[in-house]
Amino acid sequence: MSKGSDIFLQNVSKVVVFIVLAFALYLFFTGHSSPGGGFIAGLMSAGALLLLALAYDIETVRKVVPVDFKLVTAAGLLIALCTGSGALFFGEPFLKHAFGYFDLPLLGKTELHTALIFDLGVYLAVVGVTMTILLTIGEDN
Amino acid sequence: MSLLHLLALSPFLLAAGLPLLGRAVPRLHRGWFAAVLSVILFAALLGYSSQVRAGLPVTESFAWIPSLGISFTLYLDGLSLLFALLITGMGVLVAIYSIAYMSDESESLTRFYVFLLIFMGAMLGLVLSDNLLTLYGFWELTSITSFLLIGYHHYKHRSRYGALKSLLITMTGGLGLLSGFVLLYVMSGTYQIRELMDAAVPLASHPLFLPAMLLILLGAFTKSAQYPFHIWLPDAMEAPTPVSAYLHSATMVKAGLYLVARLSPVFAGTAEWFWIVSLGGLITLIYGSVAAVKQTDLKAILAYSTISQLGLIMCLLGLSSLSSVFVGEESLLYAAAGTAAMFHLLNHAVFKGSLFMIAGIVDHETGTRDVRKLGGLAQVMPIAFTISVFGAFSMAGLPPFGGFISKEMFLEAVLEPLHAGVFHLETWAILLPIIAWIASVFTFIYSALFVGRTFLGSRKPSLARKQVHDAPLLMTLPPALLAVLALGLGLFPSLVSYSLIRPAADSLMPHLAASGEQLPGSIKLWHGWTPALGMTIGVIAVGVLLTLTARRWLKLYAYVPRNLSINRFYDASLRFFERITVRITSLYMNGSSRSYIKYILGFMLLVLGFILFNATDVTFRVGAYAVIAPYEWFILLGLAAASLAVPFAKSRPVAIILTGTVGYLMTLMFVFLRAPDLALTQMVVESISVTLYLLCFYHLPKLRTERRAVRFRLPNFLVAVAVGVLMTLVALAVLGTNPFEPVSDYYVRESYESAGGKNIVNVILVDFRGFDTMLEIMVLGVASLGIYNMVKLRRKATDVGSRHVSHEGDNADEEAAQTRRSIYGYDGPDTGLSTLAEDPEEAEHIKIQDAPELPHEETDEHPQERHRSSSNSHEKGGERDV
Amino acid sequence: MEVVVAIIVGVLFAVGIYLILTQDLLRIVLGTSLLTHAVHLLLMAMAMLKTGDAPLLGRDAEKFVDPLPQALILTSIVINFGVTAFFLVLSYRAYQKLETTDMDRMRSESSRHRGKKGGRRS
Repeated sequence: MSKGSDIFLQNVSKVVVFIVLAFALYLFFTGHSSPGGGFIAGLMSAGALLLLALAYDIETVRKVVPVDFKLVTAAGLLIALCTGSGALFFGEPFLKHAFGYFDLPLLGKTELHTALIFDLGVYLAVVGVTMTILLTIGEDN
Repeated sequence: MSLLHLLALSPFLLAAGLPLLGRAVPRLHRGWFAAVLSVILFAALLGYSSQVRAGLPVTESFAWIPSLGISFTLYLDGLSLLFALLITGMGVLVAIYSIAYMSDESESLTRFYVFLLIFMGAMLGLVLSDNLLTLYGFWELTSITSFLLIGYHHYKHRSRYGALKSLLITMTGGLGLLSGFVLLYVMSGTYQIRELMDAAVPLASHPLFLPAMLLILLGAFTKSAQYPFHIWLPDAMEAPTPVSAYLHSATMVKAGLYLVARLSPVFAGTAEWFWIVSLGGLITLIYGSVAAVKQTDLKAILAYSTISQLGLIMCLLGLSSLSSVFVGEESLLYAAAGTAAMFHLLNHAVFKGSLFMIAGIVDHETGTRDVRKLGGLAQVMPIAFTISVFGAFSMAGLPPFGGFISKEMFLEAVLEPLHAGVFHLETWAILLPIIAWIASVFTFIYSALFVGRTFLGSRKPSLARKQVHDAPLLMTLPPALLAVLALGLGLFPSLVSYSLIRPAADSLMPHLAASGEQLPGSIKLWHGWTPALGMTIGVIAVGVLLTLTARRWLKLYAYVPRNLSINRFYDASLRFFERITVRITSLYMNGSSRSYIKYILGFMLLVLGFILFNATDVTFRVGAYAVIAPYEWFILLGLAAASLAVPFAKSRPVAIILTGTVGYLMTLMFVFLRAPDLALTQMVVESISVTLYLLCFYHLPKLRTERRAVRFRLPNFLVAVAVGVLMTLVALAVLGTNPFEPVSDYYVRESYESAGGKNIVNVILVDFRGFDTMLEIMVLGVASLGIYNMVKLRRKATDVGSRHVSHEGDNADEEAAQTRRSIYGYDGPDTGLSTLAEDPEEAEHIKIQDAPELPHEETDEHPQERHRSSSNSHEKGGERDV
Repeated sequence: MEVVVAIIVGVLFAVGIYLILTQDLLRIVLGTSLLTHAVHLLLMAMAMLKTGDAPLLGRDAEKFVDPLPQALILTSIVINFGVTAFFLVLSYRAYQKLETTDMDRMRSESSRHRGKKGGRRS
């Protein structure tokens, strides 16, 4: 992708990327009680980064998020697997989740759920996969 | 899991750990691990012997596939114990022998011992299984490991040929065996062997009884190399000698005997069983002994001898089945054949094991196994000579060795049916002693020739120059032990007769114990002037005479017509089937994925259509459907229009955008169908996909501008329309037919209660069906890695591809043809290129694949890469020269 | 609405299959995408449409639409994304290597490609 393709797009995307990322974060955390979840949030985040790549170029994305997305995928898979296996230590079947309600400062009564950790694994895996695919193609010449 | 399970499975565990263990102690020969394990197993199994001897079989069980009724039940009775001790005991000796025999190439040694251990485990599992299906599984595993071990020297054409032959023949038998087992299940409703035995009486009148028997005997005969399925065993001698001694004389080939003995209580008492087993064994006995005499390769002599001896034991097993026809004293007379079978089984393992090891030693020391080049080795290899005399005496049935006793018992057993008076024996029984006697004469001759031509006479000039001497201690010890054992079994047969042989014979013929009869346990070296002894004296007299005149009459073998050989039939049928399958496959496997998809769709249309129009409970519901809002009409029509337009789009970007439109319309559909999660996901995915498409085009401008309409093809169109119509019908049928309670009610109810989530879809994804999601992200990960590899690692990928260089050059085929000519006197089966590639274009294709790809001929690469890849190719070239 | 959706499912299936049977690699990939959409609609229609509110318990609705197909489809959408991307890159690489996306020409191209190399070597 050529550099500096569109000033307008670049300026808008600077703002929009953060809005989209924030929205993705919101979708991730509310996924258990309202529309959202790891998949959507992951895709949404990848979409935000894609927007960045389109507006600037892939180098910029590399600079802004200096991680190897293959490792992100692996980390996601590992987290998901560990959450699932964790249940085994409590004599529960694989992937059995536990949850409870706690009073946290600032947030009030909050539900804490191991499913959220599993969802984090899903989120990371989806982000990693999508970005690996996009960056691989984008960087090919 | 019990100790017995652990014992039976320990060889597998060691096989799995051997590569790591070998790396941990690189200096220790891998064979020691196998030897130590065998010693432990042998000792542990001996520990069970007192219990088994007391008539209390050990049973251990644990559920394996409960839904199919398959449990991993181990059952240790006299028969199993005899075999298990044989397997582990021979395992010890063979492992020790192989340490000296196998040269020290560590990588392939690990492979060798891994196979050997897997084989040992499979064999143990086979003789200990109480379930027919697990028995079958282990049975096939022994075939596979035998295949791998015969083909151990995989660079030799003859090894591969022998390995494939043994696999094809034993696997054919294995399939028969499986079908026989299934038939048994159909008849009796159980796969447990002990339950089968209890049901034995009503089975005999079942119409499937005979087919089941024939199929199971097919399996047993192929495995135990009975005529006419014996042809794989001589070719199996391509395996390293320890393997031949272990698998192809002492253990694996006896699996067929084990099976016959094990199922004897089920089938015995019928005329078919008696005649097939004893006559099959008898024919094999005489064929093997006659054929062994003309062999010139030491191992070939032993191979045919093994065939013959297996036939002898098979024959004894058949004769012993007579005992279940009679009762009382008379029954015991025939039961002696069973005792003889068990005793000869042990004797054969002992003397044949020692002789095989001697053949290996001779080969190792002189570099040849051809008796025409050997001779006079007795002076330089006195120890080997002594051992081989012991072994050969036992094999020939001469006193005072173990083989003498069991041979005597055999001769007595074949005389017994003369006055049986059942199964038309009154007319045909006279054949038995005659054939047995002739076979014994030939057995004597080949035993004498084996020793005589190797160790006696004058030394050939080609060997005179070599420094030939006895083998190192480690190599001599195992056969020496076996030779001593052969003598011990003859002098003190009661060492084993009560502890091993009688319990084994008891489980071969359980009806005796059931009717209160007691098998006589004593086996004696001297048992008076019996007709059998007279026959033995005759054998020795005629045998000595014929051996001394062997040079004159051995020429007669040249007159046996070669064209009628079974090997020729095997090769011809293999060639025939190869040709036929290639032809049939090329009829429909034309290499075009479109055809394959059409097959799949056609099949789907047939099956689904058939079900739809024949099922009685499928109804097409009418009425009570959701109402379509006016704006939804636009979306539905838009979906139809956009999708229909895709095939008409001339340029690819337009097609992509139209498909994208369909995707976005689907997003809207999801919104109206009250699926907010789906709508969100679909929207983002669609955006990313379209970007991905365009990214690809960004790099391929030529593809973007190329305008090419889809050519209309009527068959494709018809298939597509048919599938579309069918799917509409399926959708309508599903709407109207709902025989089951939907599971989703449970999800709706439990989502908040037991999973603490309000978004049911998300709860299903991460909790109720979390496993799906788990695997799904794994699939995604694999897909992304695949994409990464395709794009980034392409240089390496070509390197891997170019490594598919065939090992043998053009001369490999030449060599193969030569071997075939030398074995069979004509050009055998083509396993090479020419049959595979009928049309010249295909042949060229294969040739081209064989040619190494030289990476530096790529033009579109960086100079740096070019340097690396050309150095790679240089390395590869070096490998090829080696 | 279900009947209309069933017909649309049929149309999507027919177009998808027709595209898969063409020679152009890219259109085959598009065909698989359309097939996925068809299957999604089929799954939705199987559970009857609009039988209640969206499957979110916070909404205090009397009835919900069936959440199970939605979960299945969500999985399917994401998998489909992975598969489509894989196919796409596969055809992209094939085009780079063989300079055609025509399935029939690809076969001859690839053997010619190999033949050229093998020939030059000898």
